[in-house]
Amino acid sequence: MPRYYLYHPDNIILKTLKFQTHKKKTIATQFVIVMTDSTAPEDDSSWFREGAIAAWPICFGYIPIGLALGVLGNQAGIPVWAVTMMSIMVFAGSAQFICVAMLTAGASLWAILLTTFVVNLRHFLMSSAVAVHLSGLRRLLLSFFAYGITDESFAVNMARFRKGNWDFKRALTVNQLSNMTWILSTTCGALMGQFIPRGAFGTDYALTAMFLALLLFQLHNISFFLTGLAALLIATLWYLFIPGNSYILGASVSAATIGFFFKRYQDRHK
Amino acid sequence: MNFSDYLILFGGMGLVTYLPRWLPLFYLAQRKLPQWLIDWLSMIPVAILCSLLAPILFTDQSNRTLYLGKTEFLVAIPTLLFALKTKSLGTTVLVGMGLYWLSDLFLQ
Repeated sequence: MPRYYLYHPDNIILKTLKFQTHKKKTIATQFVIVMTDSTAPEDDSSWFREGAIAAWPICFGYIPIGLALGVLGNQAGIPVWAVTMMSIMVFAGSAQFICVAMLTAGASLWAILLTTFVVNLRHFLMSSAVAVHLSGLRRLLLSFFAYGITDESFAVNMARFRKGNWDFKRALTVNQLSNMTWILSTTCGALMGQFIPRGAFGTDYALTAMFLALLLFQLHNISFFLTGLAALLIATLWYLFIPGNSYILGASVSAATIGFFFKRYQDRHK
Repeated sequence: MNFSDYLILFGGMGLVTYLPRWLPLFYLAQRKLPQWLIDWLSMIPVAILCSLLAPILFTDQSNRTLYLGKTEFLVAIPTLLFALKTKSLGTTVLVGMGLYWLSDLFLQ
């Protein structure tokens, strides 16, 4: 049995509803009905522990990647405080790696900003998808939650939300523990940079391995598989023949469109 | 680069990263996107990951030429098999790193 709650968009207080029942008309326009899953957590004392349990694979994966980024930043001549500052202000692994590489190559500020924007535009979809599970929350809380949306926290939180036994506090715990691990491990990497030789223990491969695993976990059916193949082919050709970093956006948009029309064709001929 | 250069760079990067994370949550939380857009957007994560991986796996990035049989690609195969078997992000990252490290030691 699903439960129905009345939430005010700016104020999640059910008592307000009881208090203001004589103003039914006003309330009806101000409140939205939100359906929550029947298995939503009842006990609210274990939110941190459950959030931490869900977050640990992310944190575990972030440590080598964060260390690698810190080391690369150090070798590119970026000071330790700047590496920490970047992790706090940006908090996006792949964009930070690309930024370090572009700084080393002497890229301009606008080129780095544009690339960062394009690379992180994918979070738009994740934010849209996760919004469904967080409706009715105060906008201030939503704005804080948005900061922690990454490929990894999104994947973990969406899986939990779909199972039903998940809420805002647990999801935010996943986001913020991942964030803290990321800031600490990039800082440690930058501090230890001069002691670790470049590429030691395969750190150069950490991000590639993470992308490979994340990719594999998302190949739910043939249309995703086809999208991936198209993206690999288009991105390789685009990268070989067109200078710059436009291949990321160009190949992604083309491949997603191919996958989209394949899915439509498939749905129509079922 | 001094403090203000880094502040401008990372502040700008932070802003362009935060906006796509924030806008849908802030404005679309109670709206419904058209189905075609949801379908199209659902293809984006796979497409982006493959686009990012393609040059790493199939090209020599120092001079932008096609290079099949790279260590990165050879290591990717057991890494993917491990990910398929364990479904664990953290350990897959470590196994991939370990395999890459070992193949660098032995294949050179």
